[in-house]
Amino acid sequence: MSAKVGYRKERLDRGIKARTDDIFAISTYREILYLILPRVFVIAGLLIFPLLGDFTGVYWQNVIVITCTIALLALSWDLLHSVGLVSLGQAVFFGVGAYITGFLAQQFGLPPLVTIPLATVFGALVCTMLLYPVLRLRGVYFGLITFALPLLFMRIIETTKVLGGTEGMSGLPALPSIAISLYIIITITLVCVFGFQRLFETDYGLVLKAIKDNDRSVIAAGFNISWFKAQAVFIAALPATFAGAFLTHHYQFVGIPAFATDYSILPLASAIVGGPGSFFGAMLGAFLLVPLSELLRDLGTLRIVIYSVILLIFVVGLPEGLYPYLRRKYFQFERVVSMELEEGGK
Amino acid sequence: MEASVLIFGLVNSATLMLVALGFSLIFGLSGVANLAHGGIYLFSGYVTWMLMNYLGVPFLLAVPLTIIIAGVLGALIYWVALKRVRGLHLSEVIATFAVGVAILELFRWMGFVTYEFTLPVFIKGSVDIAGVSIDYQRLLIIGIGLLLAFALWVFSRYTKMGLALRGMAQDEYTALSIGIDSDWAAALSMALGSAIAAIAAISILPLGIISINMGYEVLIMALAVSVVGGLESITGLVVASIILGFAKTITGTYFDPKWMEVIYLFALVLVLAIKPSGLFGKFKELEERV
Repeated sequence: MSAKVGYRKERLDRGIKARTDDIFAISTYREILYLILPRVFVIAGLLIFPLLGDFTGVYWQNVIVITCTIALLALSWDLLHSVGLVSLGQAVFFGVGAYITGFLAQQFGLPPLVTIPLATVFGALVCTMLLYPVLRLRGVYFGLITFALPLLFMRIIETTKVLGGTEGMSGLPALPSIAISLYIIITITLVCVFGFQRLFETDYGLVLKAIKDNDRSVIAAGFNISWFKAQAVFIAALPATFAGAFLTHHYQFVGIPAFATDYSILPLASAIVGGPGSFFGAMLGAFLLVPLSELLRDLGTLRIVIYSVILLIFVVGLPEGLYPYLRRKYFQFERVVSMELEEGGK
Repeated sequence: MEASVLIFGLVNSATLMLVALGFSLIFGLSGVANLAHGGIYLFSGYVTWMLMNYLGVPFLLAVPLTIIIAGVLGALIYWVALKRVRGLHLSEVIATFAVGVAILELFRWMGFVTYEFTLPVFIKGSVDIAGVSIDYQRLLIIGIGLLLAFALWVFSRYTKMGLALRGMAQDEYTALSIGIDSDWAAALSMALGSAIAAIAAISILPLGIISINMGYEVLIMALAVSVVGGLESITGLVVASIILGFAKTITGTYFDPKWMEVIYLFALVLVLAIKPSGLFGKFKELEERV
């Protein structure tokens, strides 16, 4: 009996990965660098960028501000997704944050230093309370309601003419300078991405992840999952409302576009392209897609078509996303190994 | 006044029902929340327009052609995209959402936004009923809506194909075990739903100009009706259309017409928050919330 020989690919952790898995094993600079270099690269790159103002020009500095905004929204989406809530309307968080800031700044003349934190926390609270009744919904229903909410807000503002109506509120106080804006939003983005990553390594994060995987067994384990989901929505809303509040002062304007589809579909596409579930992925996606969309600015709304197609390709063809792929290449290697095939096997 | 509320309420209800039928059919039969519904609806409108204006196809031929093209598009969306993410509800939603936005924004980019984009009505003219002047097209919408709802009711209860699709919706594994092909059934339901969206588009769009934002609006209308009525029942669909249609008309007549469009969104959010299975939904009650 001669068994046929076939080949398959095998994936193994690199030696250095295995050695650096445990903190006690780190002994050489090479291993330490292997661990921290990717992080240092990201952090240093982002922190040095604002210093290169003369070289990059104000245009690209603005692009990075918008990129970070979308990255924050994508991080927020990713956190919700990690709890099993798929949002099709990140614009609702963004818009609520933006409008609260605009209202505070215009009505009470408060400086950005006060309005942004207030709008972030208060906006997140408002969003949590808005979504609390529907947190029990599973699957597509949560997506449907988040899809409808920004449109509802848009219509209500348009119809009742509250908060400036279709005109919006303009002439709001500006942030001191573009460099300061950049540092603020870059710092917040980095804090969020590393913070969320850390949060999901704690026991608390484990409960959140478990809710996505199997909510009923989490109930059976004696957790009040509605309460946990509400907390997750609050945490997820924070970066998104911050993004809204921040961009309001950056543009010195808030209006109906704050609830526009762009703020829903771009973060969604970023998170999916980068790889949902890993917060770095959401950030990576935003840093790929937003500058790309700036390069394609001349194409008008065709850009939205392009995002949609990219989104479709990734969600259908590469659901894993880019970040897990890169991560795998960094930590693992592949080799071809032979294997015996049984008679009639493939 | 009352007569006009009654008649226009009926027209609005029929419009809503037509718009929602396709969406509700797909959701009820294959469990896919087809967020590309608005896209397919507008796509059909533009295809009819293009057939007539670019290729000079007569209206009577353009209509069946459009319905067939829309059906093929629906089946294609299933075979190309949805088949690979079948069962992953969230990916399905994101995929159809992406398709819908892509179609709508593509037409916006191509400049299909001006006043020349209108479809002809079937029969010109209007008639007076109880002192209210109403055009034939609006009356036809009522007729087409009722006819389609009835046809679907018969199809899903008394034909083998309809029964097979319903079986698939109720219990996929059992249906598979008695030889119903799951992919075939889902693709067919997508095709049917899209064809119905095309019928709705061809009958409703002649009432005004075709605009891109209609696509998003239609999706919201379809969602509202399907969710309020319960996602798998035709009775629920009819009742929800009547409730929302009259709510819309009454708001428009006695309050401010601006509030008319808010009604759907408000109803949608309210029903999802209180009774997500809708007024008439039954068998998904346990699954959709915890």
